Amino acid sequence: MRKRSWGFVAVGLLVALVLAGVVSNYASSHPDGLDSSLLKGCTVNADDEITGGSCPARQAKDHELADSPLADYGIRGVDNGFLSTGLSGVVGVLLTFAVGGGLFWLLRGRRPAGGDGQPAGTDGGARDDRQPAGTAG
Amino acid sequence: METLAMHISNGIINGPVAGVFAAVALAALTFCVLRGRRDLDDRLAPMAGLVAAFIFAVQMLNFPIFTAGVSGHLLGGALAALLVGPWVGALCVSVVLIVQALVFGDGGVAMLGLNITNMALLGTAAAYLLIAGLLRVLPRTPTGLAVTAFVSALVSVVVASQGFVVQYWLGGTTDLGGNLTGLAGTMAGVHLLIGIGEGLITATTVATVAKVRPDLVYALRALKPATAPAPVPAVGGAR
Repeated sequence: MRKRSWGFVAVGLLVALVLAGVVSNYASSHPDGLDSSLLKGCTVNADDEITGGSCPARQAKDHELADSPLADYGIRGVDNGFLSTGLSGVVGVLLTFAVGGGLFWLLRGRRPAGGDGQPAGTDGGARDDRQPAGTAG
Repeated sequence: METLAMHISNGIINGPVAGVFAAVALAALTFCVLRGRRDLDDRLAPMAGLVAAFIFAVQMLNFPIFTAGVSGHLLGGALAALLVGPWVGALCVSVVLIVQALVFGDGGVAMLGLNITNMALLGTAAAYLLIAGLLRVLPRTPTGLAVTAFVSALVSVVVASQGFVVQYWLGGTTDLGGNLTGLAGTMAGVHLLIGIGEGLITATTVATVAKVRPDLVYALRALKPATAPAPVPAVGGAR
């Protein structure tokens, strides 16, 4: 009947934590698609800092929260880069899950999960896309 | 100033245009909340939280593309649309973008409406339109699902990148000397390559979920194949 998804969610969360906490340290540090497009027309040095020319990226301003303790996916005060990136990733995954999961939990309708094969019943045709048009009137 | 993700930084688009898109995004997200409520139940809500957390994690994983010196990462619109549907999916990507802007200094807070419009709204919408079309015509096999995921993810990234081009046309802070098509072409080309990565990640992830728990893939539940016979209700059954 009703299948629980908590076990699946727990495993998925673990995968996300490993990706953000460990694998993130092996991510490419080259400018991404947007940044590189905006750098067109400028020359950059080995650290991808603008050294000359004119390009849209020259107009970039500092972030409002550039002083945030987690700014740029690091933890201020943690000198070990690997640890700093990894821990910020772990915090980010847990925070995103808490904010997103909390929001979606509050928004969910008060009816049992799934209901495959059951008429949706009381919620006024919210699932009408599940029935092919023209059947069962 | 190091930036990690494909998000618009402060100063790139002017204030008034950013403000307009903030209003657009707010209105669209309100609509997504209203529609998403119908989809959200005890099973989908934790899954949607997981999808948001997973997209946050994978967005940290910039991968190199073939062009030397350029990277890209998952945007997640197609992944979210496949797993939790278009309305909740757009909300998932938005949650990620909001957390990134407010906590990780990634993507200007003033630019949030622009980033949400491109990646959460345009990306997810383009993906779901394709998903809805492809899943109805392709065979209901693991390959059919993987192809759907790959194509919808790839296209959604290019569409999202062109959303930025439109925004730059409206409010870009550097005069391109009328060469907007140059920016459009550069963005499309780079994001086509990033889209291949997006497609591979999306197809792999969705195929894995479909193998373990097919009931947790929204698109498989909600979209019926066009050619398959309609499910026959049990005679004398519950209704």
